[in-house]
Amino acid sequence: MVPITHYLMLSAILFALGALGVLINRNIISMFMCVELMLNAVNLAFIAFSRFLNQVDGQIFVFFVMIVAAAEAAVGLALIVLFFRDKSTLDVDQANSLKW
Amino acid sequence: MPYNFENGFWVLILFPLLGAAVNGLMGKRFPAGMVALIACFMSGLSFLVAFGTFLQFSNLPGESRVLSKHLFTWIESGNFVASFGLLLDPLSMVMILIITGVGFLIHVYSTRYMREHPGFYRYFAYLNLFIFMMSVLALADNYLMMFIGWEGVGLCSYLLIGYYFDRKSAGDAAKKAFIVNRVGDAGFILGVLLIFRTFQSVEFIPVFEQVVRRFPEAEASFGILSAIALLLFVGAIGKSAQIPLYVWLPDAMEGPTPVSALIHAATMVTAGVYLTARSAALYSRTPEVLALVASIGAITALFAALIATVQTDIKRVLAYSTVSQLGYMFIAVGVGAFGAGIFHLFTHAFFKALLFLGAGSVILALHHEQNLFKMGGLRRYLPITSLTMWIGTLAISGIPPFAGFFSKDEILAKAYESPLGSPLLWALGLVAAGLTAFYMFRLMFLTFHGRGHHEKHPPREDSNSVSIPLLFLALFSLIAGWIGLPPYLGINRFEHFLEPSFRYQYQHGASETAHTSELLLASVTILAAVLGIAVSYLLYVRKPGTSGKLASRFPSVYRILERKFYVDEIYDFLVVHPLYRLAVRTLWRTIDVRLIDGTVNGTGSFFQAWGHLLKRIQAGYARIYASWVLWGALLVILYCYFSLA
Amino acid sequence: MEHVVFYFFAGVSVIAALTVVFQSTAIYGVLSLIVCFGAMAVLFFQLGAHFLAAIQVIVYAGAIMVLFLFVTMLLDPESERFPSNRLVKTTILALPVAAFLALLLLQALAESWPTLDVGQEQTGRIETIAAYLFRDYLLPFEITSILVLAAIVGAVVLVKRSD
Repeated sequence: MVPITHYLMLSAILFALGALGVLINRNIISMFMCVELMLNAVNLAFIAFSRFLNQVDGQIFVFFVMIVAAAEAAVGLALIVLFFRDKSTLDVDQANSLKW
Repeated sequence: MPYNFENGFWVLILFPLLGAAVNGLMGKRFPAGMVALIACFMSGLSFLVAFGTFLQFSNLPGESRVLSKHLFTWIESGNFVASFGLLLDPLSMVMILIITGVGFLIHVYSTRYMREHPGFYRYFAYLNLFIFMMSVLALADNYLMMFIGWEGVGLCSYLLIGYYFDRKSAGDAAKKAFIVNRVGDAGFILGVLLIFRTFQSVEFIPVFEQVVRRFPEAEASFGILSAIALLLFVGAIGKSAQIPLYVWLPDAMEGPTPVSALIHAATMVTAGVYLTARSAALYSRTPEVLALVASIGAITALFAALIATVQTDIKRVLAYSTVSQLGYMFIAVGVGAFGAGIFHLFTHAFFKALLFLGAGSVILALHHEQNLFKMGGLRRYLPITSLTMWIGTLAISGIPPFAGFFSKDEILAKAYESPLGSPLLWALGLVAAGLTAFYMFRLMFLTFHGRGHHEKHPPREDSNSVSIPLLFLALFSLIAGWIGLPPYLGINRFEHFLEPSFRYQYQHGASETAHTSELLLASVTILAAVLGIAVSYLLYVRKPGTSGKLASRFPSVYRILERKFYVDEIYDFLVVHPLYRLAVRTLWRTIDVRLIDGTVNGTGSFFQAWGHLLKRIQAGYARIYASWVLWGALLVILYCYFSLA
Repeated sequence: MEHVVFYFFAGVSVIAALTVVFQSTAIYGVLSLIVCFGAMAVLFFQLGAHFLAAIQVIVYAGAIMVLFLFVTMLLDPESERFPSNRLVKTTILALPVAAFLALLLLQALAESWPTLDVGQEQTGRIETIAAYLFRDYLLPFEITSILVLAAIVGAVVLVKRSD
């Protein structure tokens, strides 16, 4: 049997990779994808714990996370399209007008 | 009667307020004629109501001649109640008649006098406001409301002295009047507070009734009543320009001449006398304070008359004359003859307003020339002004049968024979009377007689709106005294009329004197006036150069008089300069600039510096923000880890 | 057998994730992410979450990633080459992430966790999920429908050209 620690470590690795990706990617679509990766890493942890604690609730939460992710993808991608129309670029560092 | 003034007299204060509001708020868009019409109409209406009230009022039996009208409760706090109520008794009736009557005539006069000046509507709005405030002062039924009127007329006075605000001297004079008056007003308000503390009320009648009950005898030594009376008198000194606070009144002549006539001669400056007479119940029980009042009045009367003898500005002569005449009124109230004081106030209002308006007419005809020595020979060009001013001069000099004689004679007689009076007071007043005749005749000789240089541009009398008020005032200057005849000639109706107002007064013994001695006193008074006239005639008509010779013969005396006893300089050195230095060096440069501004600016620059430092965090890069979010998450996790472990 | 499956698919997902993070072309990133999600679906299945595994493949890899793919193609990022980030800043920014990861690994290895309990494989069945979803979690479920509706409307409003 695979120990839960391994699932959790995998989840941690994927989450950290996602976070790293958010930070180092300048392409706004890539950033967004890394956010999705982070969400999935969390889902993995949820399901692992659900199994470990023998409760269904964790899985229900994963279900909700997926729904939110879908909504987020719809709105987020619409915003990316708008951003591209406005700036003619996908470079997130060009979105820097909201500052002092 | 179609209208019952007994209940409706209070509307008379509304008209000027309405006029002030209309002219003040919208007058800028009205043509000048309409502004003048509104202002004159409102003050005229006010006078009509006052006069109608007077007609009904005088038909009432003597003891019921106290009408009060409670309009609304103004302040109510604990046992302190100040109502907005009016009290009409003979004393306030006299004041109201003067205020609205003379006020109306001066409104009419102003329509011509102020015609060429910009801000016509502003002038009339202030003037109407003044009538309102003065009426509130006179009709108030409690000290606090009187104080409103008191401050209100002070404000109007300030605004009107500084009416030519583009002239620095006018602005300075306005400030001086305002600040000097503040000193007196502080005394007034403290007196009112002390009254409330002592009697738990500020309304006249309850206070006076308590005074009568609790102090059946006069205070033998300085007590609470004396303290109240003294504080109120400080207020009266400030408003009525007595030593030591008289300095603002001569400077107040910077204002337009009709204002000098109305505010600084006939009405506002007499408010101090009115206050003292109104508080007769208090003052008559404090002989020590009364002695002070009489002394200050006598010294002021003499002192101001002395200064007036060498002034060269026509309005300044009249201003010092006003100070001197106010001194007379204080002599009267100071010897317990409140009625005589008010009588002089009444006659003085007519002849001094007349003299000021006449002076205004001269100034107008000479295109704003005010120096007496550049006038002369105006008799031929300004016949009406000349005639009316002569009447006023005779009145102020105390020549029978003009109004001033009766009131001045009564004051001097009372100063001599009253239990509170003394021959010294009488002597001071007598000298001042002689000086008054001297400087007034000097003014008249220099202005209207002798040779002038007006052939090129002959000055001419102005329109009817100038001469009609002059004629009216001249008429009253002639006859107003006849209602207060001395005992050897008839009945003093005026004092009899006023009696209900002074029913709470404490009587200091009887003052029965034989008619013969009164006649003697009167003759001496007339003699003094005649002597003054004779000297004046000698110096300025018979031998016109003599005055200059006298001046060069006694240069120090002349200089002291001409510089008005250096009072302004002394005040400057003792009060103004130290205060100024304190204000500039300590309060402004140190406390304000360093401490207060430093704190405020320091707070600002402190946060600005931090802002400069912290704004780098908000760089505008989404990824940097994301890293801050992660740093935050990391901190939370670290906290959880170490707190759980 | 279980270990083999786990480590294989864990390795696949990590490699795919690395590709997502360090790719230079967005389109490869999208494809790698689909691979990663597929591998994770297998792990979900292994953990007994059959329903979620199916959803992962159908909704995530199927629908959402197709949306990404469309947008990526639509915006034609090929014309825009992003030099992989050479900002010194990014290194500094990545530091907390590394620290974060290190911390979690340290934590996970330091403790001795019990192995997973086997035999409770019923938890992930569709009827169990459905019973929870439509009984205990009915209200949140209905609210998510409003959320999705709002997202749809929002996306339409945002992208619609005003002219």
